[in-house]
Amino acid sequence: MKLQKNTLLALYSVLEFAAEPTRHIAAAAIAEKYGVSQHHLAKVLSELARAGVVESVRGVGGGYRFAGNLRRLTLMDIIRLFEPDGLGTEAEPTPSGTTPVDLALDAVLSEIDQFTRATFGSITLATMLRLMQRQQKSPRPAAAAGA
Amino acid sequence: MGRERARYWKARWPVVHPRLDADSVLQQVIALDATVTGLEKQSYWRAVYRRYGAGLHEHRHFLVAVSGKRIVGFLIGEVRDWEFGSPPCGWVFAIDVMPEARQSGIGAQLLQAVCTLFRREGVRTVRTMLSSDNTLILSFFRSQGMMAGSLIPLEMDLD
Repeated sequence: MKLQKNTLLALYSVLEFAAEPTRHIAAAAIAEKYGVSQHHLAKVLSELARAGVVESVRGVGGGYRFAGNLRRLTLMDIIRLFEPDGLGTEAEPTPSGTTPVDLALDAVLSEIDQFTRATFGSITLATMLRLMQRQQKSPRPAAAAGA
Repeated sequence: MGRERARYWKARWPVVHPRLDADSVLQQVIALDATVTGLEKQSYWRAVYRRYGAGLHEHRHFLVAVSGKRIVGFLIGEVRDWEFGSPPCGWVFAIDVMPEARQSGIGAQLLQAVCTLFRREGVRTVRTMLSSDNTLILSFFRSQGMMAGSLIPLEMDLD
């Protein structure tokens, strides 16, 4: 499965804000960190603000800050904002036909989808932040390139 | 419910608390389960209690979190040897906390308590299994550090 670019950017942004919930972070700082245009990021932040996940702070030192519940908001809640029609929409949609192969493939893909949703839907931002801390302490070695 | 009050509640084991008799424990556990699931399962819980709560069997644990004489949460687990080809590991197969007492650390205390027992019994892995749509409890276990493991659950409908 593959998340859309905006979804990934939203997850990066939300986790930046959630790591320091009381701090305002300028959109420009996040745009620079992840190498995206401020214009592109503004659309993502605007959607997050509309959903009440972040709130904008005006004035000097303004920007955005976290406005959600770290222990209740899940990765799926964020993903759903940007991929309302389902996960993996960046890939070509699987043709849903009526041949035995199509039906069997649908069943297999549905099984994968069920576990993907359960995983995203059960990882809260608080859990994700702890996972990130654990990764910083003992990062996994990068997968070897090539076969 | 804030964290201040949560400190008052401690998970205790064995199940027979100095101020609670076995029948009181059982009835409160049945009531708590019925509150959460909407089903009162008297015979099921009596069988579970005989198997896990009597304190007669090594490696079987029935833990309760108590506030005064009131049970506010419970957890049942055991060490299983070579099940599914896996070396001995701890299994948690039931956990419940009263809805009004949630988010105050009771579930975490119960899980930590059973993990302490499992470690003493020599196992180094703890597992559980639950419905993929039970996001509340899935989130709880993940918040405690659990991740997808090496076993994949499979099932089929029998005609």
